[in-house]
Amino acid sequence: MANTEGRQPGKLVWHVATVESITVETYRVKTYRLRPPTWASFRPGMHYDIRLTAPDGYQTQRSYSIATAPETRSVLDLTIEKIVDGEVSPYFHDVVVIGDRVEMRGPIGGPFTWTGSMGGPLLLVAGGSGIVPLMSMLRHRDSTARHVQTFLLYSSRSLDDVIYREELDALAEAGNGLQMAHTFTRSAPEGWDGYARRVDVEMLSDVFNRLGAIGRAYICGPDGFVETAANALVDAGVSPERVRTERFGPTGT
Amino acid sequence: MLSRGFFGVRRPKPPRDIPPGQYYETGFPVLTYGPTERVSTADWKFTIDLGEDGSKSWNWDELLAMPQTDIHTDIHCVTKWSMLDSDWKGVDLDVFFEQAGVDPSEDYLMVRSFGGYTTNLPVSDVRDGKAFIVHEFDGEPIAPEHGGPVRMIVPHLYFWKSAKWVESIRFMDQDAPGFWESNGYHMYGDPWREQRYWGD
Ligand SMILES: Cc1cc2nc3c(=O)[nH]c(=O)nc-3n(C[C@H](O)[C@H](O)[C@H](O)COP(=O)(O)OP(=O)(O)OC[C@H]3O[C@@H](n4cnc5c(N)ncnc54)[C@H](O)[C@@H]3O)c2cc1C
Repeated sequence: MANTEGRQPGKLVWHVATVESITVETYRVKTYRLRPPTWASFRPGMHYDIRLTAPDGYQTQRSYSIATAPETRSVLDLTIEKIVDGEVSPYFHDVVVIGDRVEMRGPIGGPFTWTGSMGGPLLLVAGGSGIVPLMSMLRHRDSTARHVQTFLLYSSRSLDDVIYREELDALAEAGNGLQMAHTFTRSAPEGWDGYARRVDVEMLSDVFNRLGAIGRAYICGPDGFVETAANALVDAGVSPERVRTERFGPTGT
Repeated sequence: MLSRGFFGVRRPKPPRDIPPGQYYETGFPVLTYGPTERVSTADWKFTIDLGEDGSKSWNWDELLAMPQTDIHTDIHCVTKWSMLDSDWKGVDLDVFFEQAGVDPSEDYLMVRSFGGYTTNLPVSDVRDGKAFIVHEFDGEPIAPEHGGPVRMIVPHLYFWKSAKWVESIRFMDQDAPGFWESNGYHMYGDPWREQRYWGD
């Protein structure tokens, strides 16, 4: 399969970026705004690799998706969920402060990217912190491609776990061809009449009907969530070639 | 560059060295760019393209009738996790070459999966016990999301070189990029030299 999406010429080198601001998104998610020495453009959906080094020389790396759209230049946001017992995400949450320096290289990724020129209708399915690369797509759509019919289905444990809540509400209210539905898997807010269960075939068939057609679907979240949602979407009648997935890790939701 | 206040949790500590930039994972994460392929053992067939000499194929029953090898190995995924001491069962790719009567003069090959995934490899990296067509993981049939019923493993390279739902191989005179190799990932992918991306 010849595929040249997201080609990155040249070598990816490590850069030292500075933490410019830190935003609390939820009780276990924070956004880190980084200023790299040179800012490289990217396609929404791409990620950076982060490398940490201990005094004894030990190093470890993890990948984090870019939350900002390419239209936000000079800086980029990483939104990191704190994984209990984790190595890198608790370091960010508990140690990193404004002014700290972080080694990173990127942007990386190809199949899981979307730009306005690819059109739609666009289906985005997020589980937990899987919203991050999809938020880059939504922000990019909002500044350059509002004509693209889009649906975001976002699964969270509870309302308090919804990342970017205010910004998502504002985007949904703009009434410009972006539809949105939340589902809550642990506790729904009082009086909630929307979805309150894990993503399943019936929910995705519903969403499919509301969107009318699907040009491209992007699913992101923990491994188990993505597996279930991608299978359900194929069962709901969407051709597998249209479905792109990004899996964040082995456990979750 | 030292990361201020970082000392490395390394929980649990790997029993031996793992490649640079990797972390020790006791679970088995999934990496696929799309939905899991659904391939039944009845539909599964593995083909070696012999060019002008046609092709040779094996079905599920024929695979099980071939001499089986137990493979105990470490797996390194480019998304940073390393899984140590995994157990696989399957057939050495050398046996397929033997049964097909092929001793390729070409230096490279392209592996193809059900669903269209591709990845390129040097022929020398799949010979002499370095690559296997496997159907069991830790004593169980391989789960579909991990490439079952039948996948390839080439454990000495990053795991994207180990095609899930393996369907065929075809020889090439010159190296050509497969799916991830066209998307910024390294043509060869040696984890010990940290060949993750183009130019590494
Ligand atoms: C392409 C890509 C993009 C990613 N983008 C983001 C992002 O934008 N935001 C973000 O928060 N994370 C993202 N991740 C996940 C991230 O790379 C780390 O895996 C995550 O932060 C955990 O790292 P850690 O060092 O804190 O935990 P580790 O020390 O690696 O793991 C500790 C334990 O937590 C488990 N674990 C690992 N990941 C998860 C998870 N996601 N949920 C629950 N349990 C887990 C592990 O199996 C292990 O048992 C992305 C991953 C990939 C592959």
